[in-house]
Amino acid sequence: MNKILTPLLLCACLMIAGCGTLSKVTELGTAAAVAAGAISTDQAQSINKSAQAVGKVFESITPEQEYYIGRTVAATILSQNKPFDNQATTEYLNTIGQYLALCSDRPETFGGYHFLIMDTDEINAFAAPGGLILVSRGMLKCCRTEEAVAAVLAHEIAHVVNNHGLQAISKSRLTSAATVLATESAKNLGGKELAELTKTFEDSISDITATMVNNGYSRQFETQADKGAVAILQRGGYDPRGLIAMLTEMSQHLKPGGKDFAKTHPDPKVRISDVQQMIGTAPAPAPAPARSQRFASVMKGV
Amino acid sequence: MQGNKLLWVVSGLLVSAAVAFGATATIMSVQVRKAEIRDTPSFLGKVTSGLAYGDKVTVGQPQGAWMRVTAAGQSGWIHSSALTTKNIVMKAGDGAQTSASSGEMALAGKGFNSDVESKFKANHKDIDFAPVDRMEKIKISTSALQKFAVTGGLKMSEGGAP
Repeated sequence: MNKILTPLLLCACLMIAGCGTLSKVTELGTAAAVAAGAISTDQAQSINKSAQAVGKVFESITPEQEYYIGRTVAATILSQNKPFDNQATTEYLNTIGQYLALCSDRPETFGGYHFLIMDTDEINAFAAPGGLILVSRGMLKCCRTEEAVAAVLAHEIAHVVNNHGLQAISKSRLTSAATVLATESAKNLGGKELAELTKTFEDSISDITATMVNNGYSRQFETQADKGAVAILQRGGYDPRGLIAMLTEMSQHLKPGGKDFAKTHPDPKVRISDVQQMIGTAPAPAPAPARSQRFASVMKGV
Repeated sequence: MQGNKLLWVVSGLLVSAAVAFGATATIMSVQVRKAEIRDTPSFLGKVTSGLAYGDKVTVGQPQGAWMRVTAAGQSGWIHSSALTTKNIVMKAGDGAQTSASSGEMALAGKGFNSDVESKFKANHKDIDFAPVDRMEKIKISTSALQKFAVTGGLKMSEGGAP
């Protein structure tokens, strides 16, 4: 009887534990489990250690795990939005994006930064954790210059740098992941544990995609991403006013009640005023005809 | 007087913390799949050798966001975002006992990994990973990026934060 009840009690303890109290509750739970003979002392030690390791919630997600989360987030979004197969534009986007990533505070991620165009007129862009960035044709149509394209990509890179996607994962997911991992510490996961961990993975992916596609990030995160974008653009030698130009164009195309940026992002007019303050009186770099030429030739097909 | 005393105590603590940090942070692990060692602290520096996920490096003096490192007899520079102070353990059992208690261990391949992705794929046959696999292959070389910047009149300064 005890043997059945104790693991249930342990799970319940873990489920209700907030991140700050996780390790304490785990220790209490494992002590009870050892006392009841449900688990050995060695198992209890490994549970306690692993629980401490995930106590910091999203910070405990390793870059390797972030990579797998990001792949699945990107694949999930792409299952709703087919890729736009134009090699020249895709390469242009990756060149600007990978160049800007080097100018960010986090140029290196587990799998690197990669960019893809979604074949839709909706105005959208998503940054999956780890650096897989998806931008819609509708968004690119709001860009009249290379500076504007760079601004869109820099904003998405800043979301990756600041781990905004990972922070959308509900704390309870990582608590359940900890439970599964802790019980099978230092061993390969068995079928049941793998199924449980996959369930947690699926739930985490849902948390992120629901935030990115439906609810949007907090105003604070968007401001942080705009601020990051301005810094990245300036380090890359681009005029950060490209972000203002893009937002101005976007405000003319967003349809009220639309399912894209109209739903998930603050009003472009509000963002413009914030970005103007961030830039202040910073001098604009000299315009380059070569940039306008390559932009015009590559983007005509979008 | 009180304030002065406090200042001394605080600076003493800061110095001790710095010494302690310096003493423990000399070994770091590569936290990206592939890292490149360069001959200068810049992405424009020549790549002299490569390291893999979990490889250990001895870290010397940093310069901005770049770390002077030595690994397997090779010296050079790696961007700090490619490194972690966590001990990345490639297999269960490799030093797991000692590191886990400090909360500074990460077991490679643990948690959300390729097994979990395979299981996810089996559960969601409607989700196609092929476009993601394709986009991950798009890598613009440093020389191409450099050419892109030069022809576009872009003056680059790299990221600052470690």
